[in-house]
Amino acid sequence: MTAMTKEEERELAKRLVAEIGRMAEGADHKLRFMEVCGTHTVAIFRAGLRQMLPENVELVSGPGCPVCVTPDDYMDKAIAYAKRSDTIITTFGDMLKVPGSKSSLMEAKAEGADIRIVYSPLDSIQVAKDNPEKKVIFLAVGFETTAPTAAATVLAAKQQGIVNLYMLSAQKLVPPALRALLDDPDVRVDGFILPGHVSVITGTEVFQFLTEEYHMPGVVTGFEPLQILRSLYRLMKQVTEGAARIENEYGSVVHAGGSPAAKHATDLVYEPADAAWRGIGAIPLSGLRMREAFKDYDIERLLPLDVPMGKNKPGCRCGEVLRGIVTPKECPLFGKACVPTHAIGPCMVSVEGVCAAWYKYGQGRFSYGR
Amino acid sequence: MADERITMAHGAGGKLSQELMQEVILPEFSNPYLNELHDGATVAMSGKVAFTTDSYVVQPLFFNGGNIGKLAICGTVNDLSMTGAVPRYISVGMILEEGFLIEDLRRIAHTMREMAEEAGVAIVTGDTKVVERGKADGIFINTAGIGDIIPGTSISPHHVKPGMKVLLSGFIGDHAATVLAGRHGLELPDTIKTDCAPLNSLTRAMLEAAPDIAVLRDPTRGGVAAVLNEIAEASHCGVLIDEDALPIREEVRGVCDILGFDPLYLANEGKCIAFVPAEEADEVLAVMRENPYGKDACLIGEVTAEAPGQVGLRTAIGGIRIVDMPLGNLVPRIC
Repeated sequence: MTAMTKEEERELAKRLVAEIGRMAEGADHKLRFMEVCGTHTVAIFRAGLRQMLPENVELVSGPGCPVCVTPDDYMDKAIAYAKRSDTIITTFGDMLKVPGSKSSLMEAKAEGADIRIVYSPLDSIQVAKDNPEKKVIFLAVGFETTAPTAAATVLAAKQQGIVNLYMLSAQKLVPPALRALLDDPDVRVDGFILPGHVSVITGTEVFQFLTEEYHMPGVVTGFEPLQILRSLYRLMKQVTEGAARIENEYGSVVHAGGSPAAKHATDLVYEPADAAWRGIGAIPLSGLRMREAFKDYDIERLLPLDVPMGKNKPGCRCGEVLRGIVTPKECPLFGKACVPTHAIGPCMVSVEGVCAAWYKYGQGRFSYGR
Repeated sequence: MADERITMAHGAGGKLSQELMQEVILPEFSNPYLNELHDGATVAMSGKVAFTTDSYVVQPLFFNGGNIGKLAICGTVNDLSMTGAVPRYISVGMILEEGFLIEDLRRIAHTMREMAEEAGVAIVTGDTKVVERGKADGIFINTAGIGDIIPGTSISPHHVKPGMKVLLSGFIGDHAATVLAGRHGLELPDTIKTDCAPLNSLTRAMLEAAPDIAVLRDPTRGGVAAVLNEIAEASHCGVLIDEDALPIREEVRGVCDILGFDPLYLANEGKCIAFVPAEEADEVLAVMRENPYGKDACLIGEVTAEAPGQVGLRTAIGGIRIVDMPLGNLVPRIC
């Protein structure tokens, strides 16, 4: 296929939107499609797609921002480890501002904690080598996409005989979260825009239960605005036909079986375990725990901390926002007490958070267009 | 001699201070005003004067296409240029960290001289201090500058009116991408380097062609997004720009994709945004394209009566969205 010109892309987008609108005309209710992944949320807002869609087709955001679903008590633990004089915390930059129950890593850093931003967990190995007298703790958060590199880091540390590198692990899995959403009577969606990057690792087969058990259509989708519109078109088409299939709109990089090498690395180091999701609660087998053979790399097993379970912040509706039950605008704090510079809820902290995207791209504040 | 370093004695005002001045600074900055070595410079100005100051604390100090000295001269030259002035005289204050390589100082001073020469400004007064190791980051530079306002011009966001066109002098994000890549150890092709440049010849030509240009701004920290938001707010007008019209290099897009940044928010050090009456836009664009620092100039949008105080972006796909004021520090994203 030759590349389209910008005019051709714009023309195709217009046709897709028109087709989606035509199919939606006959619907007996407002159609709600959930993008699960935070990168999709940002792509949708950046392209201004929400405003292009007809009135009765709505995009809702799901629990796909790893920072957002990380519960308070994980942050409290990270802060407690950071405050010890014998530790160095390595982390992705997004985590710094995430509020725990009382403070954040950024505040701990300002008070003197040694916290370093890394771009890959593998960078932690050098930090550990350079600081043999310190315990270097990587904050391993994220979905199926970040687990393989966290696992590779542990494997490399083991192979190189590094004994002062640890993980504070809160890795999460997407399919069990989708199941929990569909089992929740408050959640209403007509189809899923399934995550592209996650699917590169997992493949599409892990999403088959959506159709088989819930009669729910899903389309694995890339991050270009046109790919997202095509996915919406395919979801609309399935809804119109009364069908429920898992389709792949990101076939250039996503295969049915995913990436065997990445899955193998993850499986070597991790096993599925129950996990707590902010706003959703505990979901069975929705997280990853380090296997017994790697327990020496698990900081929680070496230095267990007794941190109370996190409590929700008064007024903050992140939990419902993450399940697509309310939009950020319906939260009493949104845009008032809770803004990106003074975030109360995690959805306002991460650049991929739903509230941050709503705020940044002007939903409810913008007077151009409709 | 290549590994000589700054010591506390270089800042104590005695013999070593003099040596540093005679051997490193004066050979580069020499001019009749400075050579007086008096407490201050006396200069003649013709009429209305523009006056500005800025401090430079960049890390890394040296990056592809420039160094902190280039920024320090061009930054102040450009600030003066954006007020509609012809930059004339500059002061340079340097704070050096104990242990700083004298050879690095020489390189920085040499670049400052080259830039001052290109911009036609004289470095007429200056100061050097040394602080203990750990109290500064190698070198901090402050420059201040004064210039003559070009008669007949009046730059102010209050002159911005609906219907005016928004012009941009070239590719955005090159400087920030270069520095960020250096800071984060990303490798960029040699074609991506800082755009840092003195823009006084460009703005002067623009103002001579169209004295009623409403606003000139250089989109440094906060990038194009910050400048447009500030002008929208101050003028009580809306600004609508076209995503397709924004000149962004593929490599810069790549750095942004990896680090999770938006090119609209990246700093530039050699670009200019102009708000121009619609009927003069074509002529100003033509003038800009004749200047080496404006050869990729283009029309990126227009001023609207709709949505006062806000900046909108017509996306490539045909949607529309807000371009918000940047919030603060850029942090890398998670996945």
